[in-house]
Amino acid sequence: MLGWLPADVSTFGPNIDSMLKLIFYVVGMAFVLTEGTLLAFIILYRRRKGGRASFVRGESFRELAWVLIPVLIVIFLDVMIDVKAKAIWELVKEQNPPAGVTVKLEALQFGWEFTYPGPDGQFGTHDLVQTTTLTVPAGQVIRLIMGSKDVIHSFYVPQLRLRQDAVPGREIPVWFEATQPGKYEIACSQLCGISHFAMKGILRVLTPEDYQQWVSQHWPKSASATSKRALSARTSGPGKEG
Amino acid sequence: MAETKPEAAHHGEAHAAPTNFWWKYIFSVDHKVIGKQYLFLGLFMGFIGVGLSFIFRWQLAWPGTAVPGWGKVTAPQYYELVTMHGTIMVFFVAMPILLGAFGNFVVPLMVGARDMAFPRLNMSSFWTVFVASVILLISFFVPNGASRAGWTNYVPLSDAPRYTAGVYWGGNLWLIAVATDFASVLMGGINILTTAIAMRAPGMTIWRMPLLVWQEMVASVLFMLSVGPLIVGVVMLLLDRMVGTGFFLPEKGADPLLWQHLFWFFGHPEVYVVAVPGLGIIQEILPVFGRKPIFGYRTLVWSAIAAGILSFMVWAHHMFLSGMDPKLAAPFSVTTIAISIPFAVMLFAMIATLWRAQITFATPMLFALGALANFILGGVTGIPLGSDGTDIYLHDTYFVIAHFHNTLVPTVVIAGFAGIYYWFPKMFGRMMNDALGKVHFVFTWIGFNMVFIPLFLIGIGGGQRRIFMSSVYTYYKPLQPLHVIATIGLLIILTGQIPFLINFFGSMIWGKLAGDNPWHANTLEWATSSPPPHENFEVIPTVVRGPYDYSVPGMEQDWAPQAGEPGVAAARA
Repeated sequence: MLGWLPADVSTFGPNIDSMLKLIFYVVGMAFVLTEGTLLAFIILYRRRKGGRASFVRGESFRELAWVLIPVLIVIFLDVMIDVKAKAIWELVKEQNPPAGVTVKLEALQFGWEFTYPGPDGQFGTHDLVQTTTLTVPAGQVIRLIMGSKDVIHSFYVPQLRLRQDAVPGREIPVWFEATQPGKYEIACSQLCGISHFAMKGILRVLTPEDYQQWVSQHWPKSASATSKRALSARTSGPGKEG
Repeated sequence: MAETKPEAAHHGEAHAAPTNFWWKYIFSVDHKVIGKQYLFLGLFMGFIGVGLSFIFRWQLAWPGTAVPGWGKVTAPQYYELVTMHGTIMVFFVAMPILLGAFGNFVVPLMVGARDMAFPRLNMSSFWTVFVASVILLISFFVPNGASRAGWTNYVPLSDAPRYTAGVYWGGNLWLIAVATDFASVLMGGINILTTAIAMRAPGMTIWRMPLLVWQEMVASVLFMLSVGPLIVGVVMLLLDRMVGTGFFLPEKGADPLLWQHLFWFFGHPEVYVVAVPGLGIIQEILPVFGRKPIFGYRTLVWSAIAAGILSFMVWAHHMFLSGMDPKLAAPFSVTTIAISIPFAVMLFAMIATLWRAQITFATPMLFALGALANFILGGVTGIPLGSDGTDIYLHDTYFVIAHFHNTLVPTVVIAGFAGIYYWFPKMFGRMMNDALGKVHFVFTWIGFNMVFIPLFLIGIGGGQRRIFMSSVYTYYKPLQPLHVIATIGLLIILTGQIPFLINFFGSMIWGKLAGDNPWHANTLEWATSSPPPHENFEVIPTVVRGPYDYSVPGMEQDWAPQAGEPGVAAARA
């Protein structure tokens, strides 16, 4: 079943995939056992001539143990899933690793607007606004500060295993780090109007070198400054609270 | 209602049998007629709701081609269709059939009452939902058509016509219809609760009540406690749209997440409002066709109550990615996963009921077993969605669609059909044809799984829901054949409904006469004639035992009605 998953190109993607795998094994096993028991009972205990059903009410504790012991197993598996899922949620949604590139994202009916702060890192000075295409370097933490100009949208890139709603009146930060250069589709995954299905963006992940070139094309004067900034962000590394 | 002797209460409530057509069949106060009215309304709306899904499913499988009987689907039409499909199926099919039809027809008979506690309130609750349905259907024909904002009606999309390309009256009528529908269900719930609490026959202690009565009570309480916030939200949204207030508009200082909290605070208990009575139907049918007591009667009651209580603490799992504080996700994830505990108890107890049973596969039992099998799938697939870490990926994909259809269709549609085949003899005095019923089951059940198993895979492949043209995305391409399989599944389901319609209406006229108790069942509705007379019982029966005494050792017969007799041996507590 998990063979249907699209290729995964983010640093936390493998965590989500392995969690999915864990849940599918656990839940799949429970599913097969339960359905198997149901099917076995249906086949074994069909009416026979002169047969009589056992009078078992399942009211005594001894009988109920047949139900309660499997339930204990369910509880144990539940707790295991809770704990593991929490760790992934924290990694993706609660931690805020220092970012190499910060981009403002404004969603609108029916498109995406990405604002780059320019070499000084400050919004409102040498901003660069790109519609539709988000260009980022591979191997660096990208922070998106998400907002919306009209209704609720949702930023979704299947290959990043990342999804987050963009809500008007709120600024919601998310982060990701892409591992593979390439072109990926950004989809809106929250119903946002009659052209919701066509609200496609492009995520262009470049090698660090290509990204530097892209930066120097857009801010020719201070290309070297950005390059240093990007480099320092990379060496300080992600994973720590920002 | 405070009489200590229920018998006295019944006489106090007695009303003469109407003779005029209008009072007998249209504005009837008889719970049996009202139950049938609900059933017809629910089935009618159900066929409309499924019909809508035929149109958009065709578009999903073969995008851009003309749908037979409809023509090409446009994007605005597509969003109108999916919105109205969800709204109709949840609010105008599930609730009218499970609470309205079965709650009305079966509960008073099961507890041994002459009618519902408040017969006129009962009539008005039906006519209120009837008006609500008419309002909703009218919204298809107003300028710019019906609502396109999704059945969850998220703001600000649903707040202003400019966001949905000019839908004004469609959105207003949606809100009015939904609020009216809720008012109706509230009236119905009060009636079911009061009837079950105050109008039970002598000897019908609460621990002798059939499980369906318990489940209808749990559902009514859940609905009452959860619907308030959403009715408030609906009124505020209506004011936003029609008067220009700004309860949900960010530019006027509002937070759009408020609507989501109000909607899902109601929305999640609502799922159990329909699921729990659906399970109740299955729990009635398993012992009858297994000739064996239900396993863990009290445990089933307590787990339904526990699931009901938990359902008030899980609503924000619909909102993990909505932008609410991410720290809220973990506690809501834990409560959500914990819901699996009471449901696991219920499922295991239902399966244990079949252990060393004597199962016969009459049509009601086939539907009940099919519903049980799929409800298990619906349950386990809730885990990767309720777990916050994996919901990041699966949220808003077809995995969600497949999951909730596997919880709601088994409980509403498949268990609903089980209930129809099971109580039809009591409703109309005639049997439905078993062979046609089995054909109906095979088509419906296989078709249903053919629709939704592929949708799980689409979701895993990253295919998000509410996409009019999947060809926009390249990652969607390998998933497209799965949509074709799903649509063929729907065509199989639709074909399977033809024998049902023939059977349902034909059996009313030509069906074999049923007799009082064709299934040899124990509960009180089978202790009176089929259909029951006006005021249900010639003499109110005295209940001598619990509802599931099948195959009691030492008894000659394998059944022992609650009202006494066939079993012969001494009554048990």
